[in-house]
Amino acid sequence: MQNNNKNHVISVMVKDEAGIVSRVSGLFSGRGYSIESITAAQTSEKGYARITIETSGGDADVIEQITKQLNRLIPVLKVVDLGDVESIERELILCKVLAKDEDRSEILRIAEIFGAKIIDVTPRTYTLQALGDERQIRSLIELLRPIGIRELVRSGKVGITRSNQFTNGNGKVVE
Amino acid sequence: MTGIETKADKLTGAQIFLECLKKEGVDEIFGYPGGVILTIYEALYNCKEIKHYLVRHEQAAIHAAEGYARVTGRAGVALVTSGPGATNAITGIANAYYDGYPLVVFTGQVGSSQIGNDAFQEADIVGITRSCCKHNYLVKDVKDLSRIIKEAFHIATTGKPGPVVVDMPKDILSASTEFVWPDKIKLPGYNPNYNGHPKQISKALELLCDAERPVIIAGGGIVASEAMDELKQLADKLNVPVANTLMAKGAYPEDDPKSLGMLGMHGNFWTNHAVTNCDVLFAIGTRFNDRITGCLKRFARDAQIIHVDIDPCSINKNVKVDIPIIGDAKNVMKAMLEDFNSHEYDINYEVKQSWLEQINDWRNKRPSLECSTEKLSAVTVIKKIYEYTKDMDPIVATEVGQHQMWAAQLWKFNKPRRFVTSGGLGTMGFGFPAAMGASVALKDRLILNIAGDGSIQMNIQELATCVEYNLPVINIIINNGYLGMVRQWQEKLYDKHYSETKISGPDFVKVAEAYGARGFRVTKEDEIIPVMKEAIECKQPVFIDFVVEECEMVYPWVLAGNPLNKVLLSNSCPIN
Repeated sequence: MQNNNKNHVISVMVKDEAGIVSRVSGLFSGRGYSIESITAAQTSEKGYARITIETSGGDADVIEQITKQLNRLIPVLKVVDLGDVESIERELILCKVLAKDEDRSEILRIAEIFGAKIIDVTPRTYTLQALGDERQIRSLIELLRPIGIRELVRSGKVGITRSNQFTNGNGKVVE
Repeated sequence: MTGIETKADKLTGAQIFLECLKKEGVDEIFGYPGGVILTIYEALYNCKEIKHYLVRHEQAAIHAAEGYARVTGRAGVALVTSGPGATNAITGIANAYYDGYPLVVFTGQVGSSQIGNDAFQEADIVGITRSCCKHNYLVKDVKDLSRIIKEAFHIATTGKPGPVVVDMPKDILSASTEFVWPDKIKLPGYNPNYNGHPKQISKALELLCDAERPVIIAGGGIVASEAMDELKQLADKLNVPVANTLMAKGAYPEDDPKSLGMLGMHGNFWTNHAVTNCDVLFAIGTRFNDRITGCLKRFARDAQIIHVDIDPCSINKNVKVDIPIIGDAKNVMKAMLEDFNSHEYDINYEVKQSWLEQINDWRNKRPSLECSTEKLSAVTVIKKIYEYTKDMDPIVATEVGQHQMWAAQLWKFNKPRRFVTSGGLGTMGFGFPAAMGASVALKDRLILNIAGDGSIQMNIQELATCVEYNLPVINIIINNGYLGMVRQWQEKLYDKHYSETKISGPDFVKVAEAYGARGFRVTKEDEIIPVMKEAIECKQPVFIDFVVEECEMVYPWVLAGNPLNKVLLSNSCPIN
């Protein structure tokens, strides 16, 4: 799967300080790297945050530069290109679909296949919540599109490595 | 708490700021006061340990601090106010960032509660400087101030040096706390790699020993890590010629037979030929700027490339490298020398010697740079001044343009930290304030600034600063009435359409006199030395207006994007 992805997901462990997201995203815009999605939130350790960036950076040279440039930022502790290691990626979407009478059962069937939940119902719409990897999310959206997507909100990707290693608060990888 | 030095009395942020500078050994700073940093100027009023130099424009304060840093190797320090004071500093900060010199720039900021409200003289300086400094801080609590200042100096001076900005809101400077100078720095995300990988180092050494046509490119990193001795030893032992970048003038003695001088767009053609035809290229502390590589595809086309740099980003950014070594130039070359001395390497001495002779053949075919002109030739002026002053070991600053390239070509340095020039950013207006900063650092030294009539007008106001503090900077103004380098491109590439490059200026002699400095004008060759003599002896700031030929061009010249060995040697004589 990973190798077929044209987008790269990069996981960046940072000190959780004011302006950190701007520092990281500014590096991308300043050097002409793309951001397809970006998420940032605190980690289990106080004072540290993780920023997950999906980039359509292009070839290996560009990804290498992105990784190095991120590492050069002082508050950045650890950069992992999740495409380089065994990893799991997920994205959450919220999708408001036009629910005409004749489409309702089809929407429910699609939701069931993808393990999506209906989290809001109005006389004219269903709102779905779905979680999945890139392929699942793409398929779901493709199936819902002809029915009539009114609004689509995506969380952007998050990812985690599969190994028993983890990155601690000092940016050190430990078992 | 153990290991932490404390003082019982509470100090204000402004006082803590000064205490921190003293702890860092700073005794001279450049600055300009303003509303939000008045508390610092109040504290400075009674401070005997730190001398403040009042510049006439904030940009000049930063360039002066950089000039200071370049000649001393220590961090330069500048202090400016919020808003326009801080935005005026940007060019200086960016200049130090691109050339890798250590600066700590302190900016005032409006009070914490006013930030974001578009207050008077507010600018988001942390946001603005983010992409042009090594790191920056907004101080949010007076208790953090001493830690941040200590970190700022550490970050500025270690790894690849660079500018660090510390933005200090007004209320932080007047708030009080106990002064605590931390004895340790905790920056888990900042661990510059100082030692190269031993396996890579011995691989590199083997490659260099086996090479038949090796070339070393010495970059500014040699100077930053003080690796001049190691470089010389390595070049001697392996019998390898050394080219230098603009930033590395003097990193390798230019009077050594193995010195190839400067490579690149206006480098020596034999140097560019050597780099193009080498079989092993050993580049140290250079980031392969387009001005030294020319067309990337043809750059060192047959060579295996070894690249040493402390900044991993420099490696494989522009030039694909066969043996990357991330580390400090001095440590890496030291390890190479130890490896070389403790093992038996066959260095192929004779083969390398014939390569040196081949390069010398190219060198001996060099044409003279001088052209016959009716008016005074700029090349003649710079050459004569070089010959007259070289034994005085002067600091030579330059502005940016033709005069800068002529100075780089004609001036030979055997030691570093003497040639002060804006390489990466190419900042016109850099030379004069940088020379002023050098003059503050080295009080009895001869300080020259080679300038153009365009560049000197970009920070001409600093004459007042030089006069006030009696900083005897001698400005050698190569006055051709044009923005000469741009004119040169227009002549060659834009059908001689001299669009907006003819530039007028004031009477530089009268300007100098109006400021209380000395002014001279030179129009004939035989006046050069007598005027220089008088300028040096008067020990005052000086402008010398050298009225020179308008059309003289800088050669050799590799047009942008061309391969390095496609050199124009004169208007009519291309060499391939």
